[in-house]
Amino acid sequence: MIDLFLTVVWPALKILLTILVVIVPVILGVAYMTLAERKVIAAAQFRHGPNVVGPFGVLQPWADALKLMFKEVILPAGANKVVFFLAPMLTFALAMLAWAVMPITENFAIADINLGLLYLFAISSLGVYGVIMSGWASNSKYPFLGALRSAAQMVSYEVSMGLIIITVVITVGAGGFNLGNIVEAQRGLWFAIPHFPMFVVFFISALAETNRAPFDLPEGESELVAGYFLEYSSMQFALFFLGEYANILLMSAMTVTLFLGGYLAPFDVWFLGDVWMQPIWFVLKTSFIAFVFLWVRATVPRYRYDQLMRLGWKVFLPLSLFWVVLTSGVIVGFGL
Amino acid sequence: MAEIITGLTFYLFAAVTIASAVMVVGSRNAVHSVLFLILAFFTCSALFVLRGAEFVAMILVIVYVGAVAVLFLFVVMMLHVGENRLFQGVKRFGVVGVLVGVAVAVELIIVITTRAFRQDTPAVAANPATADLNVTEALGRILYTDYFLLFQMCGLVLLVAMIGAITLTLRQRDGVKKQSIPQQIERKRDEAIALRKVESGKGIG
Repeated sequence: MIDLFLTVVWPALKILLTILVVIVPVILGVAYMTLAERKVIAAAQFRHGPNVVGPFGVLQPWADALKLMFKEVILPAGANKVVFFLAPMLTFALAMLAWAVMPITENFAIADINLGLLYLFAISSLGVYGVIMSGWASNSKYPFLGALRSAAQMVSYEVSMGLIIITVVITVGAGGFNLGNIVEAQRGLWFAIPHFPMFVVFFISALAETNRAPFDLPEGESELVAGYFLEYSSMQFALFFLGEYANILLMSAMTVTLFLGGYLAPFDVWFLGDVWMQPIWFVLKTSFIAFVFLWVRATVPRYRYDQLMRLGWKVFLPLSLFWVVLTSGVIVGFGL
Repeated sequence: MAEIITGLTFYLFAAVTIASAVMVVGSRNAVHSVLFLILAFFTCSALFVLRGAEFVAMILVIVYVGAVAVLFLFVVMMLHVGENRLFQGVKRFGVVGVLVGVAVAVELIIVITTRAFRQDTPAVAANPATADLNVTEALGRILYTDYFLLFQMCGLVLLVAMIGAITLTLRQRDGVKKQSIPQQIERKRDEAIALRKVESGKGIG
């Protein structure tokens, strides 16, 4: 019995605890991301934002969650029941799943796998299914149009993101698909400096990939009401909402890991470079990129659909392809 | 203990793969069929991971599930294939379908009975990874040395397919106004705006 406990139950419990250590802060971060968005946009528009529930409105996410929990679940007539309920769960689960490989310190990630970067890319490329499934299963015009737009947009921008990932992997060299190795290779010089154009392109692609402003055409209020999750209510809607913000945090964390040195300290002096400081740096950098997401939403007007597609296929794709060739040329040519 | 768990996961994923593959054919709703196909792809990649072929697994998810199946789903969703239309051509194309099925079955049997699948074949044949090379590197070595020509030929076939698809869908229509972005950017203030002093009661004329 004790043997069974030691070989099966205890390792399983340990894995569960490690997962909780990462997932609980992520979910809390997602909850406060919704508050941060309202506060940042309010600040950009000279308003106060939510300030009634708790001091500075810090309890607002909890109030919102309670409200959504007690709302009625509505199933539209003619909707495909199973797919309709599956879609929000898929969106949220995928947004959480990807955190498994994120290196938080130099010796901690839930799963430190060889092909972590590919895993991350694979999981984020699955995110499009939640959108398509919800749009189709709602059996309604606006969600369907929103889902079509969103799917086309996500597939288009994934291509240039893939090429940027290849650039980073080439720069790291052997073992370049492991996220820990990528961060360690940035000791001394963050990739955002030599690969600055790609850093910008990656960030813009991340905006498009998460359907955020200025690329939020899938939910463009003026023409599509709310896009693919129009027919959802209650917790299903909450799951979509949380999934979207979790994806923003994930993309921010991915940008940080690939270009801004992940958990590494910006200046390695005194105690700042210690291992226990690394999660703090990681969170600070991720928060900064997430803030830029909100900042962009508050300042930039929405793109037109054809402009969006043109930018993805005719500007970003050739640029990132050129950068892959240039990087491999420089690395082979100078024998780096 | 670990082997038992790995075995159980294998059987779980294998069962899901087979069940969803059956559902791809058996499902009456075309969109459900595609969704089951996606599930089959995904569980296949899980099986690859269990076998130690992580690279192939990830590429399967990225390429097939993340891109190809999305387009599949797109097309099937747009077509609105009803149940009656689904079984329309069964009589006409049934024979061809059965023939293709038999051909694939024969090919599979031939492949499975070859040396590579026998019990006494060393594991190297299935898993190219060695102590100092991980799967990705080993795969790259084999692909770019031993099978270089075949690999390049696959690329050429894909290129031809791509050009064919583009020429099939490319069409120039007359009388359609097209936006020329360089032309729009080239426009100067002088060409676009004219300031006139309009006398009251006369108009520009």
